[in-house]
Amino acid sequence: MSWFQPWGVARGLIVFGALALAPLLLPQHWMLNLAIFTLMYAALAVAWNLIGGYAGYVSLGHAAFFGIGAYTLGITLDKLGLSTPGAASSSFHDLVPFLLLPAIGIAVALMSLPVAWVALRTRATTFAIVTLTLLFVVQTLAFNLTKLTGGSQGLAFPVPSFAVDSFERPFYLAMLALLALAMLISWYVRGAKLGLALFAIRDDEDRARGLGVRTTGAKLSAFAASVGLTAMCGGVWAYYISFIYPQFAVDPLISIGTVLMVYLGGRGTLWGPVLGAAVVIPAQQYLAYRFGQNNLYLIGYAAVFLLVIVLLPRGIAPSLADWFRRRGRRAEAQEGEPELTPRVPVRGGG
Amino acid sequence: MATDGLLQVEGLTKRFGGVTAVDGCSFAVAEGAVTALIGPNGSGKTTLFNLVTGYLPADQGEVTFLGERVARPHPARLCRQGLARTFQQTRVFPHLSVLDNLVVGIQQPWSGLLRRRRGAADQERAEALVADFGLTAVAGQLAAELSYGQRKLVELATVLIGEPRLVLLDEPTAGISPALIPTIERHIRERNAAGVSFLVVEHDMGVVMRLCDPVIVLDRGSVIASGPPPAIQADPRVLDAYLGG
Amino acid sequence: MRTVVQAVILGLSAGAVYALMASGLTLAFGVMRVVNVAQGALVILGAYGSYALFSHLHADPFLSILVVTPLLFVVGVAVQMVFLRRLRSDERELSLLVTFAVAIGIEGVLTLTFKTNYRSINPSYANRTLHLLGYQVPLVRVLAFVLSAGVLALLWLALERTRFGRALRATVQNPTSARLLGVEVERVAAVGFGLGAATGAAAGAVYGIVWPFNPGSHYDLISRLLSIVVLGGLGSLGGAVVAALLMGVAEAVVAATLSPVWSSFAFFAVLIGVLLVRPQGLFGTVTRGEL
Repeated sequence: MSWFQPWGVARGLIVFGALALAPLLLPQHWMLNLAIFTLMYAALAVAWNLIGGYAGYVSLGHAAFFGIGAYTLGITLDKLGLSTPGAASSSFHDLVPFLLLPAIGIAVALMSLPVAWVALRTRATTFAIVTLTLLFVVQTLAFNLTKLTGGSQGLAFPVPSFAVDSFERPFYLAMLALLALAMLISWYVRGAKLGLALFAIRDDEDRARGLGVRTTGAKLSAFAASVGLTAMCGGVWAYYISFIYPQFAVDPLISIGTVLMVYLGGRGTLWGPVLGAAVVIPAQQYLAYRFGQNNLYLIGYAAVFLLVIVLLPRGIAPSLADWFRRRGRRAEAQEGEPELTPRVPVRGGG
Repeated sequence: MATDGLLQVEGLTKRFGGVTAVDGCSFAVAEGAVTALIGPNGSGKTTLFNLVTGYLPADQGEVTFLGERVARPHPARLCRQGLARTFQQTRVFPHLSVLDNLVVGIQQPWSGLLRRRRGAADQERAEALVADFGLTAVAGQLAAELSYGQRKLVELATVLIGEPRLVLLDEPTAGISPALIPTIERHIRERNAAGVSFLVVEHDMGVVMRLCDPVIVLDRGSVIASGPPPAIQADPRVLDAYLGG
Repeated sequence: MRTVVQAVILGLSAGAVYALMASGLTLAFGVMRVVNVAQGALVILGAYGSYALFSHLHADPFLSILVVTPLLFVVGVAVQMVFLRRLRSDERELSLLVTFAVAIGIEGVLTLTFKTNYRSINPSYANRTLHLLGYQVPLVRVLAFVLSAGVLALLWLALERTRFGRALRATVQNPTSARLLGVEVERVAAVGFGLGAATGAAAGAVYGIVWPFNPGSHYDLISRLLSIVVLGGLGSLGGAVVAALLMGVAEAVVAATLSPVWSSFAFFAVLIGVLLVRPQGLFGTVTRGEL
């Protein structure tokens, strides 16, 4: 059993190669804008899948870390004196926020460990609730630590001096890089002992403990990687929209949207979360565009959500795999990609 | 307190509300033996397993493993020290293949988490054991797709692949077809010959008499008798415990 | 000291209202092992119901409970039958998402109907205060406490003394055995879920008199309610009541002594503190089946 599967590697190269070239072919601003959000949610979904899909710990609080990433970047830029209007603007200054991202990802990942250690002691439903509560606490903090975050007045980011015609491109490429990183981690983990440990935890954590599996270490690593990636997405997002408010940076809809995409695409699979984002975000943006004026989009969102769960509770990727299997494309039963099947490196290498 | 033997349990007690499930229980398991732990239903055998392996905190008493007092039993740590267990309801990882189930049982250092999930050495070890257990034909299948008896074998193999010193087996033959019982017995005997000790909770007295020596009898949470099987069979207190309940 | 006692009194009354909301959540969890994230939204829906009756028909908000509660009972039963019943028992996390979606849907409907301005229900006695043992307490707070305690007592009586209550408790303890004993588990689950929504509605009317609200208020509410039920131990009604009072008091005392800004933080601090020692919550138990 090898990490590298020729077809998997080829698929990864083709998809990411095409995506990297896409900005040249998508001249309209709205298209790139949509693409940026789709890539962002794809990266968020892949990151969430590390803990929610692989280990089966459904976190509803990832938006907290998204917001923490956004605010950490904003506050750092502020302290560096880069946010003040009229600060010397050069092409290097414009790139500083991107260069800070890895540090922010690592810092947030490390910072999350104590909270994660407490939260991961609880199981299933309680874990979901504790993480959801965390989200609201972080939102409260963002509102109330006015000296740092500007509270409800919002926090401004430096406005980069990118050319108007290709303004979105750097953000697009940054999000694409984050998605690639998330996929790389996701793919590496599922081919490593860590992935096996996480799948064992998802199936039966007590038994895994009894077999000497380092469950706490595995869960904490997955959680830290997951929220570190999430925080980096938050950073790029904030720089892109250039002005952030607590209710949008720490938004329950980000958490729930991410979870929805993973469920839609297929929990625990490699490409499922990407697939889910590619379906949901364009649909959601369309709903917002059509109905955003009169607040119908909340209802539309809820409706889409309920439909997905009622009609496709197992997700697109596993359902598709089943369908192919039934069509006899894969004669051998063990070659398919059943729901939550961790043997996927066989077909799912990235 | 004597420190010979692999595992010592001293005055172990556990209460659930008003019920005392394990009541000042003391016994020792000798190295190299297949020891049976028997007793009527509700006599506290499974709770005892849970206490010894750290799945439940004890109210009182202490456990000594390999001559060292286990201050706060922790399942994973104990397992890495060589104390492994199975569960009464057979538990496998349903969405993992049989081979992967076994690989989970291979002990890993911390750094191992980032290594390849099934390295060449792991693969070889798992395949050898799978062959030994006659599961080669289903090695690639998900554990969820196996029959109950096959799952029982997978569970046992997963515990054994970690090379434990002592294995606690909770009803290894419960619910499986009689045809499979000799196979399970054979595996236990072979491993025992290779130096692994066992503590077995078992209801099938035939299995106990053929496989185990000594036998420890538990009733209402404490040990009422222990000794070689014939002596236990002849012991009136044991008969009382089973019949007089 | 005086401020602290005053805060404790206010905290107890807030805690009682939380207890009422949380008891609905506990009930729904008990019968279906479903965490109803929409409970906060149902409370706010109840509050808007009372608000509508008050502003259009001048109905007293406490009396409007009699109308709003049955309506929300129907909504709860409908949600259970349409969305939750079809989930398999190994898909419990999905129920979190389903109810979350229901909450968003309710928020959407309320936003569409009432816009996002903050509303409050202001009956003539809204600003009256009572003198209690030398402390000034707003009348609505006292009424809120009395009403919440009263509804909780009714709920308790219904669970302990009626046939349905027995069936419900049996379902909570062991659905399989309950089914074998002839309990119609499906119906009990639907009614239990409806009852949970109805308690939320009753609490909503009270909430609307004491605090201003808008369609987004449910996020704030649900985070508190979830902390409460986790703190009390999921599924434990008594635990939820104790935890609610504890949280209410902690929040009020922090608000009075430190700053209102940090009061909701007190919730989380208490929760994390308790979970550190007892991951199963104050009154929760690790059942044998979980091992």
